[in-house]
Amino acid sequence: MNTRQLFQTFAAPFLGILLFLAIWQVGAPKIVTSLGAVPGPVQVFEQFEGLLTEHQAARQKEVDFYQRQQERNTETLKEDPNAEVSIRPYTGKATFFDQILTSIVTVMTGFVLAGFIAIPLGIVAGLSQTVYSALNPLIQLFKPVSPLAWLPIVTMIVSAVYVTDNPAFDKSFITSALTVLLCCLWPTIINTTVGVANISKDLQNVSKVLRLSWWTHVRKIVLPSAIPMIFTGLRLSLGIAWMVLIAAEMLAQNPGLGKFVWDEFQNGSSNSLGRIMVAVIVIGLIGFALDRGMLFLQRHFSWDKSLALR
Amino acid sequence: MTTSNHPDHLLISQVSIDFPTPKGPFRALDKVNLRIEKGEFVSIIGHSGCGKSTVLNIVAGLYQATEGGVILDGREVNEPGPERAVVFQNHSLLPWLTAYENVELAVKQVFKGKKSRAEMKEWIEHNLTLVHMDHAMHKRPDEISGGMKQRVGIARALAMEPQVLLLDEPFGALDALTRAHLQDSMMEIQSTLGNTVIMITHDVDEAVLLSDRIVMMTNGPAATVGEILDVNLPRPRNRVEMAEMPEYIRCRHAVLQFLYERHGRKEASTPKAKVAAASADEESEPAKGNVVTMSKVTAKAA
Ligand SMILES: Nc1ncnc2c1ncn2[C@@H]1O[C@H](COP(=O)(O)OP(=O)(O)OP(=O)(O)O)[C@@H](O)[C@H]1O
Ligand SMILES: [Mg+2]
Repeated sequence: MNTRQLFQTFAAPFLGILLFLAIWQVGAPKIVTSLGAVPGPVQVFEQFEGLLTEHQAARQKEVDFYQRQQERNTETLKEDPNAEVSIRPYTGKATFFDQILTSIVTVMTGFVLAGFIAIPLGIVAGLSQTVYSALNPLIQLFKPVSPLAWLPIVTMIVSAVYVTDNPAFDKSFITSALTVLLCCLWPTIINTTVGVANISKDLQNVSKVLRLSWWTHVRKIVLPSAIPMIFTGLRLSLGIAWMVLIAAEMLAQNPGLGKFVWDEFQNGSSNSLGRIMVAVIVIGLIGFALDRGMLFLQRHFSWDKSLALR
Repeated sequence: MTTSNHPDHLLISQVSIDFPTPKGPFRALDKVNLRIEKGEFVSIIGHSGCGKSTVLNIVAGLYQATEGGVILDGREVNEPGPERAVVFQNHSLLPWLTAYENVELAVKQVFKGKKSRAEMKEWIEHNLTLVHMDHAMHKRPDEISGGMKQRVGIARALAMEPQVLLLDEPFGALDALTRAHLQDSMMEIQSTLGNTVIMITHDVDEAVLLSDRIVMMTNGPAATVGEILDVNLPRPRNRVEMAEMPEYIRCRHAVLQFLYERHGRKEASTPKAKVAAASADEESEPAKGNVVTMSKVTAKAA
């Protein structure tokens, strides 16, 4: 690597970030809102530290709670071995970091489920003109619909259908995950279909001459050829899903980063703007990490390792 | 040429095909007839676009003839199958599999339940050795040269132990040296295995050197078999010795004469014809077809 490349790969991005932070730090205090001046990067970092301490405190509280409960129960049992002891779960307020985890779990659940539905459907639609013709109008109709428009319907249906005495998942979790699923479905189906339909004629002929069974044909010829397009669809989906999920959480007050942002906004303390900015940066970083993760998976699964992937 | 008690090993009978086009059906082949004996090596030669690949694809079962049909050992061909292995014009290896795995896919398909795992391995390696690819068995197609890919394609076809081997310009995209090398291996392999081979080629010398018979096709549309030439050269054939034999020169001359004097492309033969071709777009003649074939000819010449 020569100096120029060195500059481009390391120094330039660093300078870009530095410049951004400088403008932010200088510009932010000049804008005064009803919640005080817009925080600069330094204040935002302080808020991040605050959130971290809050989280640690909450964890400590939880540990203490269970310890006390246990002590109380052992004592009761000592006095009367037949006594009914109650084990209650800790119900503290979710911290910022709990919300991050919730959002990540939700988005991955919806995304993975969507993949399990969309990839097989896409493959079948790519292989069979009939299935494609049947599916295409539905895809074209639903693709442009914002998943947020689905949210009320999904919420109502989940409330109506998901009734158990002892729910394994929260309704809010299912609603969010289904919304994510709905928005991941279309890009993945469309890209998979295109990838499968465009398999080279020559390879299809090879398959015919060899009289490969349907399943071998899919495994040996269809999947490897369509992998790049499938991943394009998946990465597109995950990107959209992450954005949609945050919005859905804000809108439906479902646990997650979106709810955190909304709560802080409603809260309106002098810390709120800073905390929201922390959330914004974290949302960005997670979105970036998700995309890199998909890229990593794509590298792992595609046969052509030399392919320049970005 | 081996004579067998099955005179009609492969019979192409009255085959015509119409391709649907926006302007209505396009008759690419018209009443193609050909009788091929077991173990025979037949070349098909003709100008670009006349329908050679179409004939081969019909024999392979990849295209369905509109009229007529193909009969192999008394049974009509109506779908592709491994007993009619094809070496495609551009090798058509699966890019995500190594040379070995490409052959393995075919071998597993054909010999499932007939060969043990170890036997299959040996058979795959044997076929790759036959085309001198044993040193690069575990390389993927993007890691080997064009000639090597073509050889793997041939090994894959041979490994299927086909009754008929169909070769679509198998050496077309190769340099002269590699091509000569592969032609020699092809002759060697065919003399040991005795397969029936149908090979499409553009190369007159290749056709004469390798074939027992050369099928010359007329120009399309509605192309058909124009003439069939017997090549009475002794085997094994050596390209250097052949070049001076009167029979070789006769055959070569006969093919060239057919291709360029009797069925030469109109636009290339005489200046007068060129004028006719240039004014074609004003007439009913499909001008687009001419342009396409012209560019194909120049591409070949380059
Ligand atoms: N699937 C198809 N649909 C419509 N027309 C076709 C189709 N396949 C071939 N043709 C037409 O049939 C004619 C013969 O084509 P073919 O590919 O058999 O030529 P060829 O002799 O193999 O040419 P080349 O030497 O250039 O490979 C051409 O005019 C071509 O345009
Ligand atoms: Mg061809």
